[in-house]
Amino acid sequence: MPEQFFFAMEVILNGFMAGVLYALVALGFVLIYKASGIFNYAQGVMALFAAASLVGIMDGQVPFSHLINAIFGTSVHHFGWHVPAILAILLTMGIMVLLAWAVNRFVFKHLVNQEPIILFMATIGLAYFLEGASDLMWGAEIKKLDVGLPQGLNETIDNVTFNLFGYGFFIDNLDIVATFVAVALVVILTVYSQYSKQGRALRAVADDHQAALSVGISLNFIWVLVWSIAGFVALVAGIMWGAKSGVQFSLSLMALKALPVLMLGGFTSIPGAIVGGLIIGMGEKLFEFTLGGMMGGATENWFAYVLALVFLVFRPQGLFGEKIIERV
Amino acid sequence: MFYREAGDFKTSYVDDNQTFPIKFDRYRYYAVLLIAFAIIPFVLNDYWVNAVFLPFLIYSIAAIGLNVLVGYCGQVSLGTGGFMAVGAYACYKLMTSFPDVNILFHVIISGGITALVGLLFGLPSLRIKGFYLAVATLAAQFFLVWLFNRVPWFYNYSASGQISAPERTLLGIAITGPNAPAWAMYLFCLVFVAASAIIARNLTRGAFGRKWMAIRDMDIAAEIIGVDPLKAKLSAFAVLSFFVGISGALFFSVYLGAVEVGEVFGIQKSFLVLFMVIIGGLGSIFGSFAGAAFLVLLPVFLKNVLVAGLGWPTDMAAHLEFMIVGALIITFLIAEPHGLAQLWRVTKEKLRLWPFPH
Repeated sequence: MPEQFFFAMEVILNGFMAGVLYALVALGFVLIYKASGIFNYAQGVMALFAAASLVGIMDGQVPFSHLINAIFGTSVHHFGWHVPAILAILLTMGIMVLLAWAVNRFVFKHLVNQEPIILFMATIGLAYFLEGASDLMWGAEIKKLDVGLPQGLNETIDNVTFNLFGYGFFIDNLDIVATFVAVALVVILTVYSQYSKQGRALRAVADDHQAALSVGISLNFIWVLVWSIAGFVALVAGIMWGAKSGVQFSLSLMALKALPVLMLGGFTSIPGAIVGGLIIGMGEKLFEFTLGGMMGGATENWFAYVLALVFLVFRPQGLFGEKIIERV
Repeated sequence: MFYREAGDFKTSYVDDNQTFPIKFDRYRYYAVLLIAFAIIPFVLNDYWVNAVFLPFLIYSIAAIGLNVLVGYCGQVSLGTGGFMAVGAYACYKLMTSFPDVNILFHVIISGGITALVGLLFGLPSLRIKGFYLAVATLAAQFFLVWLFNRVPWFYNYSASGQISAPERTLLGIAITGPNAPAWAMYLFCLVFVAASAIIARNLTRGAFGRKWMAIRDMDIAAEIIGVDPLKAKLSAFAVLSFFVGISGALFFSVYLGAVEVGEVFGIQKSFLVLFMVIIGGLGSIFGSFAGAAFLVLLPVFLKNVLVAGLGWPTDMAAHLEFMIVGALIITFLIAEPHGLAQLWRVTKEKLRLWPFPH
């Protein structure tokens, strides 16, 4: 029995860590949704795009090399240099800011005052575009992302728990790092939005577009800012996911799981995104552990969605969402 | 010149209520039917049927179904792929369990079974609205695909986990299986397409359609004027899943012949059909056809130009296709949020005044 108990504990802990990663993606969704009312489906693909760009820059790949080779018959692949991780991350951040600007300039500027569902569809289109662009720019093969984060079994925890309980907990170093990064990110974002000038403008826009506009806040600037921040969050999420399971297409599918996380937490709440992520992460691991074997396994594919669905039937606005009030 | 009401006198209510009240429109419709049923089957070959016509026809059915839900009833569903899988597996189980029953009935019953599943997954729509509902339907998508992957009863315990359609005949002519002639498959699908288009058209301009549109425009207001949201929403979900189920059954039995569920009916399929509806035009039956045709022809066209014409590798062409589809969707939403159907409407209006626009 204790063996079983410890095993379950370990599963829950690992679920907790996985939940942190979901929460990281969900955070990006919430930021954009709050500030512009756009439900950004492309957040997951943005993470993929950011991670792929990071790997590409670090390895000194020539962007669009396949395309160039196909058109001009050349065979260029690499510049032949390696960029240090920090610099590469900064450069990728630059790309994400450019992307944020382009998205606003070419897409959402033309879609002001459209219905939310139209905006949502536009982000799906954006997701497709980015997916194709990422593959075309950096190649579609599975890439290894290594920015020097610690990986593998954490031996201290293994040893300590073994001495205490006679059972060593297996916890990945990367997951611990991810947890700290997520906490730091939430703290930074909260401080930023509470105390900085732009942060205050951001919250004003989230509250009421018209009123914000009338006191002289530039909506265009705020939207570019929000998309840049979301791009930054996507980059962080992309680094974590990429380091864990490689940069590949399934990254954007994993990011889809941020959706039930959001539904649980409520679309407008940053703490909700974190709590929702943890609940989903722990829930699905525990479910797979207890009942998954009986049901044929791989229940992680759908558990999060069904949990969110059942949950929503009882609380349609999510855990921390604002109460939905409708008028005719 | 064209599409004129002038001189077209209606002398009975039946005349007044017909599907195409304008004479020119009606004749054009008959002409399209005539070409589709009587001329195309004689001129097409295997390549055209498999690359263009079958996918176009089958996706049209799914797009019509989704258009009823999204365009007329205003509920977004991302579960189309899952419902198509239900249709396909229902058809497979029926085909293998009752080999003596005609395939025609199998396909229709598969639609019915899918409608029941759709009702079940439509239930949350009474509580959940908007984006929350869109995400909730993802539960249907992932759960159903997982179910068909993991429960061996659905694929008759076959070793590969695939399902493959046995040969079935209609009037002595093979419809499914490797020996089915191209024209027979085409005609079989065409019958379903024509029937579902007529059904959908008449549903949407009748009492049901009005209720759906009231719910779409504002559900609370609709409830106050006496529309029962339970009936309206669930009936839209049932119609959606019925059509999508039929298209899934045809997709599996006639078009592909063998299916691996995760690959064929994954989330990508849900998005593809949704794109067809958006590009074609929300709330328009013609739009469903236009959208399906556009998204079926686009990859074929790109493949011919890029791979065959320019000699690019196929994977690169596929990536470029992703970019183009994404960019097109955004362009459409910006330039013409009502899709291809709106372009058609504008053209019609222009034709009506031509050649004397003033």
